[in-house]
Amino acid sequence: MQPVLFQMEGAERAGGRAVSAVNDFVVQFASINGSGSASAHWLFARAVLRMGVPVGARNIFPSNIEGSPTWFEVRVSAAGHLGRRGGGPDFLVAMNPQSWDADVAGLRPGGYLLYDSTKPLPRTMSRRDITVLGVPVAELCRREFDDPRDRLLLRNIVCIGVLSALLGVDAPEVERLLAEQYGGTPRLVVPNVRAFRLGRDFALAHLPCPIGLRVERGTAIGDRIFIDGNTAAALGCLYGGATVAAWYPITPSTGLVDAFARLCGRYRVDQATGKHRFAILQTEDELASIAVVIGAAWNGARSFTATSGPGISLMQEFLGYAYFAEVPAVVFDVQRVGPSTGMPTRTQQSDLLACAYASHGDTKHVLLLPGDPREAFEFAALAFDLADRLQTPVFVMLDLDIGMNNWLCEPLVWDDARRMDRGKVMTAEQLEHTTAFGRYLDVDGDGIPYRTYPGAHPSRGAFMTRGTTHDRFARYTEDGPPYVDNMERLLRKFDTAKTIVPAPIARRAARPAAGVIYYGSTAAVMTEALVLLEHGSIALDALRVRAFPFSDDVAAFVRAHDLVFVVEQNRDAQLRTLLVAECGLDASRLVPVLHYIGTPITARVIADAITARLAATAGKVVRS
Amino acid sequence: MTYLQKPKLRHPAAARNALGYTRRDYEAAVSTLCAGCGHDALSAAIIQACFELDLAPHRIAKLSGIGCSSKMPQYFLGAAHGLNTVHGRMPAALTGANLANRDLLYLGISGDGDSASIGLGQFVHSIRRGVDMTYVVANNGVYGLTRGQFSATADTGSVAKRGAVNAEEPIDLVVLAIQLGATFVGRSFSGHREQLVPLLKAALLHRGAAFIDCISPCVAFNNQSGSTKSFAYVRAHEEPVHPFDLVVGAHGQREAAETTEEMVRDEDVLVRMRERAPEYDLGDRVAAVAYVERQRAAGAIVTGLLYLDPEPRDLHARLQTVDEPLAHLDDAALCPGAAALAEFTRAFR
Repeated sequence: MQPVLFQMEGAERAGGRAVSAVNDFVVQFASINGSGSASAHWLFARAVLRMGVPVGARNIFPSNIEGSPTWFEVRVSAAGHLGRRGGGPDFLVAMNPQSWDADVAGLRPGGYLLYDSTKPLPRTMSRRDITVLGVPVAELCRREFDDPRDRLLLRNIVCIGVLSALLGVDAPEVERLLAEQYGGTPRLVVPNVRAFRLGRDFALAHLPCPIGLRVERGTAIGDRIFIDGNTAAALGCLYGGATVAAWYPITPSTGLVDAFARLCGRYRVDQATGKHRFAILQTEDELASIAVVIGAAWNGARSFTATSGPGISLMQEFLGYAYFAEVPAVVFDVQRVGPSTGMPTRTQQSDLLACAYASHGDTKHVLLLPGDPREAFEFAALAFDLADRLQTPVFVMLDLDIGMNNWLCEPLVWDDARRMDRGKVMTAEQLEHTTAFGRYLDVDGDGIPYRTYPGAHPSRGAFMTRGTTHDRFARYTEDGPPYVDNMERLLRKFDTAKTIVPAPIARRAARPAAGVIYYGSTAAVMTEALVLLEHGSIALDALRVRAFPFSDDVAAFVRAHDLVFVVEQNRDAQLRTLLVAECGLDASRLVPVLHYIGTPITARVIADAITARLAATAGKVVRS
Repeated sequence: MTYLQKPKLRHPAAARNALGYTRRDYEAAVSTLCAGCGHDALSAAIIQACFELDLAPHRIAKLSGIGCSSKMPQYFLGAAHGLNTVHGRMPAALTGANLANRDLLYLGISGDGDSASIGLGQFVHSIRRGVDMTYVVANNGVYGLTRGQFSATADTGSVAKRGAVNAEEPIDLVVLAIQLGATFVGRSFSGHREQLVPLLKAALLHRGAAFIDCISPCVAFNNQSGSTKSFAYVRAHEEPVHPFDLVVGAHGQREAAETTEEMVRDEDVLVRMRERAPEYDLGDRVAAVAYVERQRAAGAIVTGLLYLDPEPRDLHARLQTVDEPLAHLDDAALCPGAAALAEFTRAFR
């Protein structure tokens, strides 16, 4: 078994050199879905983290159980730029013949290609400006393992072994992680460690280790954690006091409810009786799941559902009901590519309008826009307080990138003095001292009425909750004035909402050329985009919007700039539409920067678009 | 004015139940349904049943969908909270409400369009989940508010008011409910009060998914000759399977009950049969479905208590929820605290 090694054949002709970098490069794994690759790749990312070096990792996978191409990117960045970099990887582990040509074509000039040399290189292979490293991975596994399943699945771990040798990743870190991952089950740990050492030893013996790309120990991680948004949001539900969850399985939100179930199993089972302080119901469809949520919330439980775009479409009627009848509900929308079934396993921010104005008639809903898993945790817990306080549905708008990928983020914290805010709920005792309870009376002038829970009092506070028009005392009416009175109060309530939802976060530049507004998972790349722009002498004021309705600060930010870029991961500039419609802003000063191909936005996309636009404004000729 | 509250007048000699309530305490707004509507008789039967069972009105939650039937909760139990949901979606909303607070009684009111047409899915799944509820369908075979279209329970060959003949197969919700595991299933007729009231009482006391199909003629659009859901047709074809008495407080009255021909114990309730159809076993799902189908083929509408599981298991039992209503759990019971969070997230390093 001999390795294959082509080192930059014809590199001089291409005028390039092998890329060289310490703690600043991108590794891409191209694999076959269902081959156990993702867990091996997460392992690699975590090993780099354990060495104190920041990592951004993204699993880019197909809507398929096994057989289709899948990719995994690990960005190593000492500078902490953890969004997708773009521009092709520096190191490609090409293990999928199906996608080989395109994968190899995408590798950066001067980059490294690792492939399984059990079979010869495809004849289509024509790049001479890269370093090709061949390791007979399948053959190594065939000789080492008897079980056909091990021979297949452990190829991924062999590759991690090879990489660890080539890039200088500490072997003990990887082996410790393998021990943690398999919970000390020797049956699983032993073959994985064997496979890892197999690849590592082969590389050390046969390949020029280390190569130009290297991981060196750092101290940049601190107490940060590496967690996915779905798990973090599920933690938020646990801490926020959610007791009823109703859902219908749909990618990419399924992990949120799965995580909630695991957490409840750990923290919500009564020690003495084994009984559950939660109820999770997988319903027949999303119409039923939102109905269960609304029924439970009407009856005083904190309840939620998690879904994605198609589920939001199915829930429309009940969302309008909850808005109009004023029933709390928490809805997690882990957005994927639409319209219709779209690309179920790819990311987008394209449900903003569908959620902000969900259902027929005049409706408006509260949206929370977390920028990373830590905010997904915070906003999840907050959503229950806001839904109770405002008596209306609250949407937590995740996307696939935040929901399903691990992000390096600040540790989650909880204040033990914090208590659930159940909002304006009248107790039996308060009802005893009330002469005229009116469910939809605006007693406090903030548009938020008082509610009662079923069963609270023998003779006071009962009413019919209805989707038909109602007066201040919840009585059916077809008269215009009480209808308008109620609709106007709902607007007042929405005004109150904008004062209690998370405020936007601004970053000011010394001499800004323009402003930029962004939200959600775009947060991962905005710092890097601003750095890239600064290299081109473009300084921008930046505002991260974190909720709808918009606080007054958002409109003030736009008015303070002649030009404001609005960066979004959808085609129609949906946040921009909301800004124009809800804040009365001049649309011409809001310039959309859009990226909606299904993979997460990159800093380069943002920097290039803004640079081009500013150059055009300055009268320069721009060629793309 | 589109909402009429009944005056709070009370006859001084009105009978009071064990809780001290009169029948009026179980009433609510004046009905806006058509004069003579079968649904008003059903509302009256619900009022009677709750009054006689000494149920505290505010401990009942009444839920409905959309349609004439679903307006009914406005007309009974004024002291109870109501949730008038969207079309066909009462069952899932009721399921959620029940999960939140297992201490209340849940009364779901629906219609044949609401449950057999637009909401068939939710009907089916709420029944098979075993939600502890009394689910009543006021079944008249037509859409009233949209003026007389057939619903999915209309019999093949039934003639509409404007002459259209229904060509499609009917859905029999009773048969579906038995097949899907409802633990109490009955059919009655809003013109048959002596049967309807005890049937409702037994259903309200049943601790599982109780379903009652109440044929409730539409006087405006489906009471003409040619209709199989008219008062006249149902009276002529109704076949009560076994008249029964209901004995509440079974433990206390066991002796009296033992003198009857047959009894089925359902926790604290005895259903005492006065007579029964030959070879009819109330606890046999297969036999019950066969019996109802055979009688239907012969042109009869079987009514009465058709199936009863004496040991019902409800959704809470399956989900193993705590005895205290989930809605009443406080921060201490729900939030694991900062230390647990730090400990849990340590694994994410």
